[in-house]
Amino acid sequence: MKILVPIKRVADPDNANKIKVAADGQKVTSDGLEWKLNPFDEYAVESALRLNENAKTSEKLGETIVVSIGNKDVGQTMRQALAMGADRGVLVAAEDDQLDSLVVARALKAIVDQEKPDLVLMGKQAVDGDSNTAGQMLAEMLGWPMATFAATIATTDGGKSFVVGREVDTGVLTLKVTGPCVITVDLRIVTPTAVKNGVTPADHPYADGARYASLKGIMAAKKKPIAETDLKTLAVEATPATKYSKFELPPARKGGAVFVASVEELVQKLRTEAKVL
Amino acid sequence: MTDVLVVAELLDGKMRKTTLSAITLAKKIADGTGGKFDVLSIGAGAKAAAAELATYGARKVFATEVAGGYIAEKFAPTVADLATKGAYGVVTATASTYGKDLMPRVGARLSAGVASDVSDVSTEGGKLVYKRPMYAGNVFGYVEVTTKVQVVSARQSEFEAAAPAGAASPIEDVAAVTDAAASRVEFMGLESVKSARPELAEASVVVSGGRALKSAENFKTVLEPLVDAMGAAMGASRAACDAGYVPNDLQVGQTGKVVAPKLYVAVGISGAIQHLAGMKGSKVIVAINKDKEAPIAQVADYFLVGDLFTVIPQLTEEVKKAKAAH
Repeated sequence: MKILVPIKRVADPDNANKIKVAADGQKVTSDGLEWKLNPFDEYAVESALRLNENAKTSEKLGETIVVSIGNKDVGQTMRQALAMGADRGVLVAAEDDQLDSLVVARALKAIVDQEKPDLVLMGKQAVDGDSNTAGQMLAEMLGWPMATFAATIATTDGGKSFVVGREVDTGVLTLKVTGPCVITVDLRIVTPTAVKNGVTPADHPYADGARYASLKGIMAAKKKPIAETDLKTLAVEATPATKYSKFELPPARKGGAVFVASVEELVQKLRTEAKVL
Repeated sequence: MTDVLVVAELLDGKMRKTTLSAITLAKKIADGTGGKFDVLSIGAGAKAAAAELATYGARKVFATEVAGGYIAEKFAPTVADLATKGAYGVVTATASTYGKDLMPRVGARLSAGVASDVSDVSTEGGKLVYKRPMYAGNVFGYVEVTTKVQVVSARQSEFEAAAPAGAASPIEDVAAVTDAAASRVEFMGLESVKSARPELAEASVVVSGGRALKSAENFKTVLEPLVDAMGAAMGASRAACDAGYVPNDLQVGQTGKVVAPKLYVAVGISGAIQHLAGMKGSKVIVAINKDKEAPIAQVADYFLVGDLFTVIPQLTEEVKKAKAAH
């Protein structure tokens, strides 16, 4: 099947505590931090590749297209997804201040209208803005059904539908969604048996996590096409509906843990000092 | 003057307590702007749940029966339609997985801007400014929504549950609005882990375990007795969830649940940024770890260095003793 995977680059999430705010509070700066593929998007690429391959024979069953919106440096991040095995990329040029989830969803809709994929598979949230909104908005704009926070995906009805296990607060909620549809993925989608496409043997030993790009993959990615377009060409209304007026760092917790020497001392402090026991 | 529509969350035909945080946000906006707030009870058993929802001081409670389990495609058209008809300035729900799933869909349907998972709102100068944790809680952003209607979800741990108030609100039935997308999605079931313990997001004490627990068995035999002695909810780090020691709905962190209990006890959790994002709002944090350099020390108030397999059983006994004595 044809799968479209929207991806975003984010400042290294493992060093998110090194994010700074400009002195005037107008800007978040991630100077000195590496750009990484948003982890959930990396997992979406991995699950798209699993859906689109017979892992036993290495036969390819469909096309996986990655799309990203932002300045041209995003192309580097896109090469990472191409090196994992995605077939081609679409880069929508835009300035960051033109973008919020509404504009992003509109731009993605324009790409979906052009590419007509059977499935849009994306991360549940980008770990910079932490909004968790673009996938749901895209689905609504397309008039498509969706399944968010997917921990498992199994194709059914000859690949036309998907049985999706969604991780929700109260447990696992299972939906059957008929394509074309939007699925957003959660962390467990990359566990060894989370994605079943009815072709790869169910007991195929997938590694836990997203695949690493092989050297061959990295070389091949250099030659894979990335088509470039922009918001204007796509006739996307590029007016964000949200406006950040200020950013600030959270107040530090009064640092310096008190080290206690024994269980007795801990319990006594919790009772008499913190008064929480 | 901004009127607010609160979308309630139901489970098994009853209001989920998560709803009460969105009501608190709605009250704050209504009080700050001289507006009113209404509540929509939607889903299976909506009419019965409306009676309970009517005790929180809303101007009106709407009830829309939708048979079967929750499906966003069935709910969003009704919410959006009611939002337009009632000329609400803000539509809100709590940012549980329900609110996170549903509200952006409502936003797109209304061509509205969405401020998700907000931790506060201010109403200075008639403008609503929402505070949002971003970058795993390492930055706060202050955001305005510039569309006529604003769609907002409230972080449960930051808005205290609303208390019952005044006379019962009138209840009005509203017909469901349908949409073609709903015909392509089918609810197949909800598998819940039933627990006698308090809910993680609502508990006043949370005891969480990390990968250092080493097995599902140890969560049961070592950690659970402490959890129960403290009358706590049990949580876990992502590493422990990923390792399969406990189900993922116990995960505390940036992409799991955000908790802010009175007391948070982190057992064998090193304190990755993603975990801290989910618990650093706790009033008192206790870390129990054999590595005193572990990053959890940056947020902990009390730190006990030691082997958890020795310390936890002792602590369980001490807590029992202390509770029995008072």
